[in-house]
Amino acid sequence: MTFNEIKEKLFNKTVGIAGCGGLGSNAAVALARVGIGKLIIADFDVIIESNLNRQYFFFDQIGKKKCYALKENINRINPDCIVEAHDIKLNQDNIPKIFNNCDIIIEAFDLAEMKQMIIETIMQHYSNIPLIVGSGLAGWGKFEEIKIEKNGNIYICGDRINEVSDQNPPLAPRVGIISNMQANKALEILLN
Amino acid sequence: MEITLNNNIETFEPDSFNISELLKLKNFTFKMLVIKVNEKVVKREEYDSVFVKNGDNVSVIHLISGG
Repeated sequence: MTFNEIKEKLFNKTVGIAGCGGLGSNAAVALARVGIGKLIIADFDVIIESNLNRQYFFFDQIGKKKCYALKENINRINPDCIVEAHDIKLNQDNIPKIFNNCDIIIEAFDLAEMKQMIIETIMQHYSNIPLIVGSGLAGWGKFEEIKIEKNGNIYICGDRINEVSDQNPPLAPRVGIISNMQANKALEILLN
Repeated sequence: MEITLNNNIETFEPDSFNISELLKLKNFTFKMLVIKVNEKVVKREEYDSVFVKNGDNVSVIHLISGG
């Protein structure tokens, strides 16, 4: 497929991104660059300086809402990509409504309990929509341990071992690898 | 009994056991889990009441923080 053919195919597709932090901001930007037609993004949080070690924001955006800042950044990269931004804390009640028309959903939360919540919610309401989850991305190196596993319509990207802690922080390279793995899997499914 | 556990076929002595017993047997100690039996989600409060039988397809997905 040529890049023009790829863009044509992606133009009618919608990807939902649950969370606009390290995973969500980077996956969203990757998908916008290759020409996805529409992104539905959601996050309630505000950008702080410590986010800039991995998240796709700029120093002068500190203090802004992540969902709106990410929309702004995507518009600057690819104005043809429609971005629907939701400033909201996602939960089991609003997820089915917000991501209702998505071809694929990317899980991009920070906390394990939120990852569990979205998997259970999507399986209950939209078990036919592929859900691409990130789990195990903290630290640096250990590239060989990163993998992707399929379980029905759920894909898990990461090493499943390295949890974030004070001594094992999330950093740009590894978070970037796993968020782009999620975007890459989304592309694979959408272009199939 | 023989079940499919995370895409692998595994054999167990008992004819049946509940999810709590499965987790103990396999030493799955992660805090955050999503469990599916034949593509149906089993919630935490159902771990004692849902039983795994011969031929079932069981998935135990563990999740850790970071994003």
